[in-house]
Amino acid sequence: MTNCSKRKISGHLPIAVSLVLAGCTGSQSTLDPAGQEAAEVHHLFVVMVIGGGFIWLAVIGLLLHSCRGQRQTWSEEGAGRLIAWGGVAFPGVVLFALLVYAVWLMPSVRPWLARTVPEPTQIEVTGEQFWWRIRYPAEDGVAGFETSNELRLPVGERVAFSLRAADVIHSFWIPSLGGKMDMIPGRTNVLSLLPTRTGVFKAPCAEFCGTSHTYMAFSVVVMEREAYDDWRRKQASGHQPEGSEGERLFIHHGCAACHSVRGTTPVAALGPDLTHFAERETVGAGTLANTRENVGRFIRDPSAIKPGAQMPAFDMVPQGEIAAISEFLAGLR
Amino acid sequence: MRLFPKEVESLWTLFTGPSIWAAHFLGCSIAVAVYCEKAGEAPITFAQMRLFLVLITLLALAGIVLSAWLAWRQWGFGSGDPPHDAPTREDRLLFQGFATLLLSGLSFVAVLFVAVPLVLIEACQP
Ligand code: HEC
Ligand SMILES: [Cu+2]
Repeated sequence: MTNCSKRKISGHLPIAVSLVLAGCTGSQSTLDPAGQEAAEVHHLFVVMVIGGGFIWLAVIGLLLHSCRGQRQTWSEEGAGRLIAWGGVAFPGVVLFALLVYAVWLMPSVRPWLARTVPEPTQIEVTGEQFWWRIRYPAEDGVAGFETSNELRLPVGERVAFSLRAADVIHSFWIPSLGGKMDMIPGRTNVLSLLPTRTGVFKAPCAEFCGTSHTYMAFSVVVMEREAYDDWRRKQASGHQPEGSEGERLFIHHGCAACHSVRGTTPVAALGPDLTHFAERETVGAGTLANTRENVGRFIRDPSAIKPGAQMPAFDMVPQGEIAAISEFLAGLR
Repeated sequence: MRLFPKEVESLWTLFTGPSIWAAHFLGCSIAVAVYCEKAGEAPITFAQMRLFLVLITLLALAGIVLSAWLAWRQWGFGSGDPPHDAPTREDRLLFQGFATLLLSGLSFVAVLFVAVPLVLIEACQP
């Protein structure tokens, strides 16, 4: 019986281990760093885990040793020495060393001054219930612009973020790129990050901010400089009015009172900018995949998908008109 | 006249080490907080303030070493072994000396821990 269950466990062990390890990679993992700050945090973690592992082994070894019957007892003096060295001197020195190491890492994990580069691009991100407003500055002749829920960054360049909150406290955290920083109403916090590899990453809000806190995320697309510049040029130039049915309905139903589609509607800033909405991976700040069907569902009743969402339901709008609006949004590339 | 009385018969000496630690901790935190809030107005640089705090730290450590030495003396320089739990005046004194010595050790390490960020901190956060 014992043998049998032992074999069972060891047979399943590789699967269990690989399942656990699979959780360490992916687009939202500190253990799979894609940025300099995240790499430092990862390094710190590995050092701590290995060090902690050795200490655990030593303590358990001592425990086993002490359980092995009374073959030979320690003299009181020897035991006193063991306690003084193993229980006072050793932890004191190890903790001191770990503290020095961790504090020494801090400036590189949190380079608020970003002293290594002259003037990094300064991107403004504002947390709002339950989405992200993102403002890019003007840069080499390309005008600044606003977008939302999807951040794009050039690889290998340091960027600085000015982090704000419009209503309650949120927290800005791109696990693959670095540590998190709270967004506090009335304050501007600065965080700087250096992405080191291209890819698409996920960034959840990391501070409880209301009923749809878990549905508040953005995607981060790290791209080559050239592609990034092309993207920026495209973002900065809006659209031409196309005169489509969907566009007319978008304005007719009052969507344009809250959402901007640059070039076609007057500027409105209550809700996320939708100028290049079709580019986004998701609808509802990381909540659903950006498909026509999901966009229709979201417009009909945002709160059914995100409880407490700050956009009114449009379930009185006929199905066909919602489809036309979704069609229009799907064309905003 | 002696600089230090030959015997200290008060419970208060027990807290010398921890009190120095607490005062040092508060002093350092408040100094850095005030400096950073007034940055630009303060007549000293960050490095000067850091140097000042390092001096304060050395002073605190010296104070703790002194209290440890007094405690050691009270403990009879380790002539007897703990636990010193007999209901006599003698044992009470020895016990207090030993406890003060241990607390001084703890405070010494604690002050060092507080000092680490002082040495490694780079600047005020904007
Ligand atoms: C009162 C202002 C307001 C009006 C009117 C409004 N919205 Fe919204 N909309 C919002 C807010 C706020 C959000 C963000 C909701 C969230 O994700 O928590 C949003 C989100 C969205 C999103 C998702 C954006 C993204 O990046 O995920 C779409 C698409 C959208 N609205 C379309 C519409 C359409 C179409 C209409 C008109 C039928 C409309 N909205 C009317 C405020 C409004
Ligand atoms: Cu939030």
